[in-house]
Amino acid sequence: MNMNHSRADPWIAEEEAMLEELASSISVYDSHRNNLIPMLQAIQKDHGYLSASAMEMVAGHLDISPSEVYGVASFYNQFRFHPPGKHRIKVCLGTACHVVGGDIILENFERKLGIKDGETTADREFSIERVACVGCCALAPVAVVDEVVEAHIAPSRVEGILFNFELERDQRDKEAQDSESAS
Amino acid sequence: MNLHLEKSPQERFAALLEKAGECAAPEQRDTIPRIYIGMATCGLAAGAAETKAAFEEVLAEQHIEADIIPVGCLGHCYAEPLVVIENPGFPAIAYHQVTPGKAKVLVKSFLVEGDPLFEYVLAAMEENDLIPTVADFPRFNLEQRIVMRHCGVIDPTDINQYLVKGGYASLARALSLPPEEIIRMVAEAGLRGRGGAGFPTGRKWELAKADPGTEKTVICNADEGDPGAYMDRTLLESDPHQLLEGLAICAYCVGAAKAVVYVRAEYPLAVETITTAIDQARDANLLGRSILGTSFDLEVTVFQGSGAFVCGEETALIQSVEGKRGMPQHRPPYPVQHGLWDQPTVINNVKTLSTIPTIIEHGSQWFRSVGAQTSPGTAIFSVVGKVIHPGLVEIPMGTTLGTLIFNICGGVPKQKQFKAVQIGGPSGGCLPESFLDTPVDFDSLTQAGAMMGSGGMVVMDEESCMVNVARYFLEFTQNESCGKCTFCRLGTRHLLNILDRITKGQGKESDLDVLDSLARDIQRGSLCGLGKTAPNPVLTSLNYFRSEYQAHISEKRCPAMMCRTLTAFYIDPDKCARGCEVCVGCCPVEAIFTAKGRKKAIDQSLCVKCGECMVSCPPEYDAVKKVSPAELAPIVERPES
Repeated sequence: MNMNHSRADPWIAEEEAMLEELASSISVYDSHRNNLIPMLQAIQKDHGYLSASAMEMVAGHLDISPSEVYGVASFYNQFRFHPPGKHRIKVCLGTACHVVGGDIILENFERKLGIKDGETTADREFSIERVACVGCCALAPVAVVDEVVEAHIAPSRVEGILFNFELERDQRDKEAQDSESAS
Repeated sequence: MNLHLEKSPQERFAALLEKAGECAAPEQRDTIPRIYIGMATCGLAAGAAETKAAFEEVLAEQHIEADIIPVGCLGHCYAEPLVVIENPGFPAIAYHQVTPGKAKVLVKSFLVEGDPLFEYVLAAMEENDLIPTVADFPRFNLEQRIVMRHCGVIDPTDINQYLVKGGYASLARALSLPPEEIIRMVAEAGLRGRGGAGFPTGRKWELAKADPGTEKTVICNADEGDPGAYMDRTLLESDPHQLLEGLAICAYCVGAAKAVVYVRAEYPLAVETITTAIDQARDANLLGRSILGTSFDLEVTVFQGSGAFVCGEETALIQSVEGKRGMPQHRPPYPVQHGLWDQPTVINNVKTLSTIPTIIEHGSQWFRSVGAQTSPGTAIFSVVGKVIHPGLVEIPMGTTLGTLIFNICGGVPKQKQFKAVQIGGPSGGCLPESFLDTPVDFDSLTQAGAMMGSGGMVVMDEESCMVNVARYFLEFTQNESCGKCTFCRLGTRHLLNILDRITKGQGKESDLDVLDSLARDIQRGSLCGLGKTAPNPVLTSLNYFRSEYQAHISEKRCPAMMCRTLTAFYIDPDKCARGCEVCVGCCPVEAIFTAKGRKKAIDQSLCVKCGECMVSCPPEYDAVKKVSPAELAPIVERPES
């Protein structure tokens, strides 16, 4: 990555690189309509979200209109249209989590990070999602942070989780600085 | 279909079984210990991976040879991570909540020194003179495991373990019988679809078989969308081959050469496990081309559902497999005649298909002898919420709700009062205490106003507000309504708005009548099950807990003290300890300050009512109080600093 770019530019470069990669990866699918959802799933798996240009590309491949692709994608809960944060926080709001205060946990994350569910922080470090049920009802309330299930999560634990990430980040920055000054 | 080839399917199967027996490691119990770790999603969430790593580490350290076998889920979620150890010379013993620390101690004490550490024991898995066995506990002995018999016992990623347990024998047997006879067996067994509606499975197969269509498909519906139910996931993760066997038998009966397992993408481990299982079965000639040498072919694929609750409805599910928005279609024509790509399609739930092998194995008479008259067999419930022993429970149909909640799952914890049980998720209803004698079967539950649904069961105690819970379910169904029918799309939105107002203390007397009539209109004006059942939580709670609605409306009071706008926390200055700062430290919004006499007080304008201060206040002070309506909390001015 060119370090002379301003803060937003690497992301444009990232999207361009992503589209290039997509063009080759979607060519393995034949242009039958029933491949639409598997294709969208594969794109989201690799890149974390569906960008407008990615959906246009899929539409072109299947020879349907982009609005139809968006119509299908927006129907299902799985698909997201913004890049996720580096750390993805999914708060479970299933029935069992609800009766023990899952919404309070969600609110705590939202308050601490200053974003709402479905959003990503401006530095793309964190994103929050609400999920219907991760199927660990006996461990409620539950949040999934970077694929790790946090069981019986208390409001004060939220602060602890975010604080740990902060420490990690400081550590990383420090190491980067050290290696820079060493070289 | 020509079945008269040189070797019968059963002969081929016998050869396969012999090979499996060799691979699945002969009985080693006399020589080395075996450690079974429950590693399904719930076990992993509780830390089973760390536990496994700890076992591996300490075994290597101590130079002990032992087999670690990752298994599925026993369904005892309260005890995760759950480990069963077979140590030669001892009965197999189950240990609960095995943390990495406990794992290390267990290896050193039990495997090295021969002390089974009674303080960590859950129960022995078999009769012995030493330790109480699982048969002594109601959580085990009131259950009857038929569909879940292998869950948590075998390694789901190893087909041989399923084979040596008698797996695929029913398929081998079925292949040497005419399809009509198997369909008759299933019909005589009285098996009803376990997806919730309870349609007779045999009848469904019969209709599909009779259809002249040539490109028939069988779809296994594992789109478990009910927030609070996870038995389908557990079956996929713990015993995928049993499902595949049932699927293959179904396909053979109706004459389908293609099958699809429709799993939620939110279940990554289930997707992985079933995909592995399909590959293994294909390699063993139990799926794929010329199964066991017959002319029966079956290609099974996995389709990942993208998370839409309405796709549990069969016509919507088909739409989504075809790559469209999952909107339900008019029935008739039913999918058994015009389903996927307009061809005859049988859609069965995971539990339904997983029951098939045992029916073929033991016969329809045996199956009828289990459970209730009109609903034979067992039911699997995920009992969660305010119970001591939450988890998956498989019980014979006809067991009463009271037995299930109090005897099997241990009742409500912390000596709280039982209030209601919500059965069937967002489509079901809340039943009060007076219904605890209701037997669990399709017809009795529907009569009571709830429904079997997916089998999710959430137990609620005195601290759960019924209005709030009804609002929660409405928020879910409103979100998941596909938008096709006006009553469902707009009606649920209005219901939600009214409930929202009530839980915020802005309800009107007339709201209750509007709720009732609107709920009934939605039921009548909706095409699919989602809209038809969405008002159930509102109607049942209005019916059985009307006084709670009234307290919210006329007194601005939430009797369960759950609705946050209507409750407030305050600190009793007579109980608060001078100088204790615990609550100040835990408050996420810095709403707690030091008032006169170094006692603490809560700034109501900042408080978000998370309740952390109440939990953290040391029990010897017990100074934080919760009240409803919110005006009851005394206002303490923050001193100017």
